Amino acid sequence: MASITLDRVGKTYPGGGQAVTDVSIRIADGEFLVLVGPSGCGKSTLLRMVAGLETISTGTVAIGDRVVNTVEPADRDIAMVFQNYALYPHMTVRQNLAYGLKNRGTPAAEIARRVDEAAAILEIGAFLDRKPRALSGGQRQRVAMGRAIVREPAAFLFDEPLSNLDAKLRLSMRGEIRLLQKRLGTTAIYVTHDQLEAMTLADRLVVLNGGRIEQIGTPMEVYRRPATTFVAAFIGSPAMNLIPAQIADGALTVGGVRVQLPLPSGLDGPVTLGVRPEDLQPRRNGGDGHLTLDVSYVEDLGAQRLVHGRIGGHAMVCTLPAGHAVQDRLFLHADADALHLFDVQGGRRLT
Amino acid sequence: MVEDRPWLNRLTHLVLILGVLIVAFPVYVALIASTHPATAFSTGVIPLWPGDQMWENYSLMMGSGLSTAGAPPLAGMILNSLIMALVIATGKIAISVTSAFAIVYFRFRFRQLAFWAIFVTLMLPVEVRIVPTFKVVADLGMLNSYAGLTVPLIASATATFLFRQVFLTIPDELTEAARIDGAGPMKFFRDILLPLSQTNIAALFVILFIYGWNQYLWPLLITTDASYYTVVASIKRLAQAVDSVPQWNLVMAAVILAMLPPVLVVVGMQRLFVKGLVETEK
Repeated sequence: MASITLDRVGKTYPGGGQAVTDVSIRIADGEFLVLVGPSGCGKSTLLRMVAGLETISTGTVAIGDRVVNTVEPADRDIAMVFQNYALYPHMTVRQNLAYGLKNRGTPAAEIARRVDEAAAILEIGAFLDRKPRALSGGQRQRVAMGRAIVREPAAFLFDEPLSNLDAKLRLSMRGEIRLLQKRLGTTAIYVTHDQLEAMTLADRLVVLNGGRIEQIGTPMEVYRRPATTFVAAFIGSPAMNLIPAQIADGALTVGGVRVQLPLPSGLDGPVTLGVRPEDLQPRRNGGDGHLTLDVSYVEDLGAQRLVHGRIGGHAMVCTLPAGHAVQDRLFLHADADALHLFDVQGGRRLT
Repeated sequence: MVEDRPWLNRLTHLVLILGVLIVAFPVYVALIASTHPATAFSTGVIPLWPGDQMWENYSLMMGSGLSTAGAPPLAGMILNSLIMALVIATGKIAISVTSAFAIVYFRFRFRQLAFWAIFVTLMLPVEVRIVPTFKVVADLGMLNSYAGLTVPLIASATATFLFRQVFLTIPDELTEAARIDGAGPMKFFRDILLPLSQTNIAALFVILFIYGWNQYLWPLLITTDASYYTVVASIKRLAQAVDSVPQWNLVMAAVILAMLPPVLVVVGMQRLFVKGLVETEK
């Protein structure tokens, strides 16, 4: 158990490529931190730097009070779960679990105790003497987690551990990982590109883009108040609508409609307006401050309907309850606190 | 062919049987010839049915050899061949697996150069460099010795290359998992790499054993002492009767005996051998 501190961490590859720039995060003891972002955003690199599999170009990584920049992975007191599980194919499950402990010189009785304990937690006791080849994907995933648990590390590092599983299994394993981490109280860093996974698992999540931190916060903070247009578009499904709007004389105009909004003073000119599809409420008639959506097509998801259309020439999606009738035109209203304003140039949040 | 066409099935079987016959017939002739008395060949017609001299011919070759042709008993030569083939096969595997390990898993200066230097030697088989190699071996006083028979043939670019390819198919995550599990380089090599390339090692062993066993030119060149003769190189000497007709029945007995050990190795390691050649899952 330990906290993990990343202080102005950066990674430059020999070829000059900048994978990670100036990342500072303080992860509290027992916290579940999720690194999320699109592929190539540096999230895996960051995790591998904590694990010691990549060198750290600038800054420091500390686990507990110990700076581990030059410490071997085995001595960092961490355990990692890989995307493709990375189980040793020629060893039985039991040997897979025991290998790390054996290398550390743990007494045999202690190894047996820990393996049995982990097997009980993960319900893999029945196939301890099988080879990984004879296991299903979900079972392999459990074994990979078992290998992490038996080490009783200061931190778990997960590198997209669920992306090789089918959708249903992913859902149940997600719950199990969450429960397990809470039960053991071990600090965890979890890398994923799946925003849903990030939202459901995280105590706090870190949205990364281009090797930089876009936002750090609890899932609800990030969802409610995205710091940039990137975060706004990345977190939430379907994605937040981002459309150009104008501010003139203290009033917001979007698609030819003036919208009532308490604006911070000093704003003028073009802005990007963000509004989540689920924050748009249908209205019976067009009226003051109501947006008019020209409906293109409707997707029925069962519990809800996704209405795709255009407002003033800009694409827009809105979520309606199932069974809500949709004509060619839809009048929409959004509460003022559901509207997000972003800077057109940098994409920074203005409100 | 996925569909089931009776006449096509018959045709494929016919082709296969024909192929087997073409390959197996000379071996059959050799086997039959080795069971006849020497006089059976004087008519110029090779018999096709087994004779009654099998035991006599084989025990003569194993026990006392063919003194007229200057050939010692086969038993000793088979032992020499066995030593040579085993040392070459294990030596080649040991050296190539470690050099492939170095090339794939360590970042050192001139790594690429080392790899290409090894690769280039592929183009220099023993026959090409035989004169300088002979000179070196002679100067080192290794003529007529097991060391002389084996050492010059041990370095192997092919095997190094093969192991390199095998190691490259092992996922990086496995290496990283081992690093996190606290396995140092040598431990990783012993606990992970060697067991994972087990089938490849077996397949290579079969190939290299036969390579070593079938060596002809090199042993012929550097052994002048009969106690270091190898069996394959000596078959030539057996057939070389100066002033008489070669005793084909005995020569063929020697041929069959020389063929036996590689066949046994192939048959014994067949399952591993095939697995090593076709297995891709790591």
